[in-house]
Amino acid sequence: MQVPSGYGVHPQNYIPPSGHYPQGPGKMTSLPLDSQCGDYYSGLYTVPTQNVVTSNTANQQPGAQHMYGRGPPAPHIVGSTPGSFQGAASSTSHLHTSASQPYSPFVNHYSSPAMYSANSSVASQGFPSTCGHYAMSTVSNAAYPSVSYPSLPAGDPYGQQMFTSQNAPTVRPVRDNSFSGHSTAIGHPSPLPPPPSHQYHQQQSLSGCSTLSWSTSGLPSTQDNLVRNHTGTLATASSNPTNTVADSLSCPVTQNVQPLKSSPVVPTVLPGASSTRTPPAANRPVEPVASVTQPSELLQQKGVDSSSTTSSASPVPNSYDALEGGSYPDMLSSSASSPAPDPAPEPDPAPAPAPSAPQPSKMAKPFGYGYPALQPGYQNATAPLNSAVPPSSPGYSGFQPYAQYPGMNQLSSSLGGLSLQSSPQPESLRPVNLTQERNILPMTPVWAPVPNLNLDLRKLNCSPDSFRCTLTNIPQTQALLNKAKLPLGLLLHPFRDLTQLPVITSNTIVRCRSCRTYINPFVSFIDQRRWKCNLCYRVNDVPEEFMYNPLTRSYGEPHKRPEVQNSTVEFIASSDYMLRPPQPAVYLFVLDVSHNAVEAGYLTILCQSLLENLDKLPGDSRTRIGFMTFDSTIHFYNLQEGLSQPQMLIVSDIDDVFLPTPDSLLVNLYESKELIKDLLNALPNMFTNTRETHSALGPALQAAFKLMSPTGGRVSVFQTQLPSLGAGLLQSREDPNQRSSTKVVQHLGPATDFYKKLALDCSGQQTAVDLFLLSSQYSDLASLACISKYSAGCIYYYPSFHYTHNPSQAEKLQKDLKRYLTRKIGFEAVMRIRCTKGLSMHTFHGNFFVRSTDLLSLANISPDAGFAVQLSIEENLTDTSLVCFQTALLYTSSKGERRIRVHTLCLPVVSSLADVYAGVDVQAAVCLLANMAVDRSISSSLSDARDALVNAVVDSLSAYGSTVSNLQHSALIAPSSLKLFPLYVLALLKQKAFRTGTSTRLDDRVYAMCQIKCQPLVHLMKMIHPNLYRIDRLTDEGAIHVNDRVVPQPPLQKLSAEKLTREGAFLMDCGSVFYIWIGKSCDNNFIEDVLGYPNFASIPQKMTHLPELDTLSSERARSFITWLRDNRPLSPILHVVKDESPAKTEFFQHLIEDRTEAAFSYYEFLLHIQQQICK
Amino acid sequence: MAFTFAPFSYMLALLLTAVLIFFTIWHIIAFDELKTDYRNPIYQCNTLNPIVLPEYLIHAFFCVMFLCAAEWLTLGLRMPLLAYHIWRYMSRPVMSGPGLYDPTTIMNADILAYCQKEGSCKLAFYLLAFFYYLYGMIYVLVSS
Repeated sequence: MQVPSGYGVHPQNYIPPSGHYPQGPGKMTSLPLDSQCGDYYSGLYTVPTQNVVTSNTANQQPGAQHMYGRGPPAPHIVGSTPGSFQGAASSTSHLHTSASQPYSPFVNHYSSPAMYSANSSVASQGFPSTCGHYAMSTVSNAAYPSVSYPSLPAGDPYGQQMFTSQNAPTVRPVRDNSFSGHSTAIGHPSPLPPPPSHQYHQQQSLSGCSTLSWSTSGLPSTQDNLVRNHTGTLATASSNPTNTVADSLSCPVTQNVQPLKSSPVVPTVLPGASSTRTPPAANRPVEPVASVTQPSELLQQKGVDSSSTTSSASPVPNSYDALEGGSYPDMLSSSASSPAPDPAPEPDPAPAPAPSAPQPSKMAKPFGYGYPALQPGYQNATAPLNSAVPPSSPGYSGFQPYAQYPGMNQLSSSLGGLSLQSSPQPESLRPVNLTQERNILPMTPVWAPVPNLNLDLRKLNCSPDSFRCTLTNIPQTQALLNKAKLPLGLLLHPFRDLTQLPVITSNTIVRCRSCRTYINPFVSFIDQRRWKCNLCYRVNDVPEEFMYNPLTRSYGEPHKRPEVQNSTVEFIASSDYMLRPPQPAVYLFVLDVSHNAVEAGYLTILCQSLLENLDKLPGDSRTRIGFMTFDSTIHFYNLQEGLSQPQMLIVSDIDDVFLPTPDSLLVNLYESKELIKDLLNALPNMFTNTRETHSALGPALQAAFKLMSPTGGRVSVFQTQLPSLGAGLLQSREDPNQRSSTKVVQHLGPATDFYKKLALDCSGQQTAVDLFLLSSQYSDLASLACISKYSAGCIYYYPSFHYTHNPSQAEKLQKDLKRYLTRKIGFEAVMRIRCTKGLSMHTFHGNFFVRSTDLLSLANISPDAGFAVQLSIEENLTDTSLVCFQTALLYTSSKGERRIRVHTLCLPVVSSLADVYAGVDVQAAVCLLANMAVDRSISSSLSDARDALVNAVVDSLSAYGSTVSNLQHSALIAPSSLKLFPLYVLALLKQKAFRTGTSTRLDDRVYAMCQIKCQPLVHLMKMIHPNLYRIDRLTDEGAIHVNDRVVPQPPLQKLSAEKLTREGAFLMDCGSVFYIWIGKSCDNNFIEDVLGYPNFASIPQKMTHLPELDTLSSERARSFITWLRDNRPLSPILHVVKDESPAKTEFFQHLIEDRTEAAFSYYEFLLHIQQQICK
Repeated sequence: MAFTFAPFSYMLALLLTAVLIFFTIWHIIAFDELKTDYRNPIYQCNTLNPIVLPEYLIHAFFCVMFLCAAEWLTLGLRMPLLAYHIWRYMSRPVMSGPGLYDPTTIMNADILAYCQKEGSCKLAFYLLAFFYYLYGMIYVLVSS
């Protein structure tokens, strides 16, 4: 009990944090905007970017609150004839290249939401309040974000939506209508005012009451297709078990739609309330279906839920106060500092007008199906609970001490941590004598430790793939942390491709009023009406619309809403979260065409990849694309629609770069597709005879910045040599004689701040620069990388690239490009990381610009970007037993939707050193140390960084030895949780980034450092400590089944030559490279069956593919390799290494447990550590 | 007696120290604003960087002045800070413009804390120096 009281105190104290959000941002954000306007080029730009401009205006007039796209349709609606809808639809429909037909099934259900909204808009004048409820949630959307476009997962997840199919005919028009908003903007200037995205219209239209159109808004065409397919599959799937249900389902839905449609007026009549109810009723059948099917069939499924909420949401439509979590929080929120602004989002004012209405409205929401979205695991768990427990008890009930009120969660939270003390984990604390233990590496992959929480919290917790902490038991005080000598920090992979993700469409995104935390599974409900923030302990009101739980179709169970049942959710954000209309996807390619580049031949591969993937580039109908090439001059390409062929414009004044024409350099992908294809076909041969050896990279980047600054987007730069002209020119700094020096490694930092400054400018204009460096000579990556580092881009490096001489690099480029071009992308993103009061962010690692103490500005976010954060404990955590971390990533999807992805991680607090050691996540700790070591080697020196790494091991083990373990000090003892620590640190010391004594080119080293900084943990671990498998005796024992393929799971071998027998064949997985090492006396059967050669001698030196042979062992080997390859961003290239070939040094340098001339073996390293400890 | 160079340099130092105190307070406020999220680091660095060199030059000017005035004690008191300034400027991050602060690293908690500490130490130093100059000026005037 004392705990709660302790909490009570906090709310008052905690005011300060709230303060900062408002102001800071305001200024910051204003910068970019201002500059944009100020830029003298901007004038020119207005013309080219019609879409943008319009959107801007829209933005500026938020107060006006009209509905752009919607305005026209609205009148039609009033007419209330479906025909009118059709008309609108037809005008827009052709915009979509994909026929509208396909959508139909899918559309229906959307349509219903759309219709509602439309109705509401009309009706709203009379009864604003009513319109709110209609907002549908878009179920389908939910699924979409998580999936990467190119390869959608099986249809199962989407199954829920199918029921809509029947409605299709009626619906379609509506949907199109909504669509038209954004599609028109691009394709057809004329018909409707182009709303950049419908999100805009929603809230603003109509006084006070927001229409909930979102639901319809964002569906990308591709998505639709998906959905369609899925629906099909789903139908079949679900049909068996629940045929009847399904039927009932579809029927009700149609009913709902129909009535509403036919009588738009419904809302106006208060009875509307009752009428509105009917729809939910109809939907209800659906939900059960979904829930039923999920557990059985759709394991992966995630649902979507959509709860829409209502009108009240934006009484103050245009104030950006609420924006904060998201991107430009600061700027907008200046007013936010005072609580006043925040309330805006809250329902208070709005609900008031129609008190009676709100409740019905909630019930009325159609969303029902959305909810099934919950992860199956949760569903299973919650379902029984629901039935067993009275409605009032939340999902949490499991861990709640008191069943009656959800509010008790706070207690539960305190209890969560308690369980720890009572049950210490013997396994993770089991002392291991490192010098005695010969096989320290487990046979199976190392998994992230599970935080010692009670079962319910554990189930709700964020996946370790997205969010990991180096210490899963957070020490109570900084003193305790200092004693443990372990790094405390978070490893994030926030935009990972997810197969399931609940997407929430809601008018009100519920957040803490003081710290702006998003509501999450770890908040506590004090009673039905109030919840206590788990980060700042402020007590907040539960908004009216949040009281309705569409999942259970009951009122007054806020704790069962998906936001509170999932620690990873995605919200569709309202216009409150925008500073400007969501930008379109804009891609600019800046290509080096100097002699060196043409010689290397990358243009052919790039253009080929682009041609193949042009249609798969993420984006919507507004997508724009542009090309620039440069050598000693800069070439622009006019691709304006209507030209007979691309027009090349050359700017030779590189000292003062200007854009030769204000528009038509970035063109709409769909309108100018033919020209683009022409250009891509012509490019590889355009410069074949060039004599130009200079490279004016700096001016080209400046031009790219000017070109991109009105919209933002992604710039992909291909560079093949040291920039030698104009601003940003670089000198060679590498002394080849120093490559293997054991002393000082210089020039790890940038030589000039030109690229950094430019990157900051780009970042301010929401432009990210991705660098592809394909060079055979030193190119000063340390300087060039800055352009990507601070603009949130990514870096690819292909040393000694040549399209014929080095086919493996060429193949790698090809595969990387495929992934690069087709992967998901988020634009104009910001990420905010919040943590429980008492903890604070110390340092961030990754590619971004830190805009304030907890806000990262990311011009682009890619699914392959990882981040690390160091934490410090500023205040003792004695009065809490749980701490939480929340990252909120606000971004614009390639479909022009503003979305917020929220991850919440909950960890227990412990007060004893033993518990701290018990909870170490050694992989996370090593990755965080690697990040810190990179910083150290740049700011100080490489040897300092190496010393710091060794000291990290020495300190932590000696601290453990002297405080926790009671064993004699002569042996080197580590807790089981840390037993791999020395091995991983040794691996780090032998990693390219940090090794000394072995010849390492400066660019290679710098690239390794860049990767350490921006790779997510899973990939980074493979880079640091590769996995070694023996593959000549693969068996099906312990094999797993993936997509009907049997994937053998050979045990991990330790990275030592002692494991390599001459009779065997081994596969080493280094993350971006696979090596297959073939022993000299390897079984000829294996060589023949898998490699396709009769014997060892006939295997060629350079072999990069396994032939597809129809033998069992070949099949096993290939399915294993394919399985390893899946799910990683950089598709690895395969090298077959013969025991005698010169390439084997590459392979052997990864055997980190062995001794090399310059470095310890693992055993020597242990002795060294022991010696240091005893000193 | 006469109004010699020594009292003059004290008077000038007095005035300029007031300016330095102003600069330092400016720094302290700026870093505080950064810490509490009020400002964009780019903006903040752009405002701070231009006043770094003037501050250092003013301080160096004192040293030269007291050297000329043969005020050895005062000069001795100033030398450590001069040395610190030189070291600090030599070890600044790679920058093309004048100044010390890099917007990409300034938000690092260690660096921010260091800058804040540096600011308060300097403020204390300048305040003490201010009164010392006042005392020194009167002393020189009276004794001469």
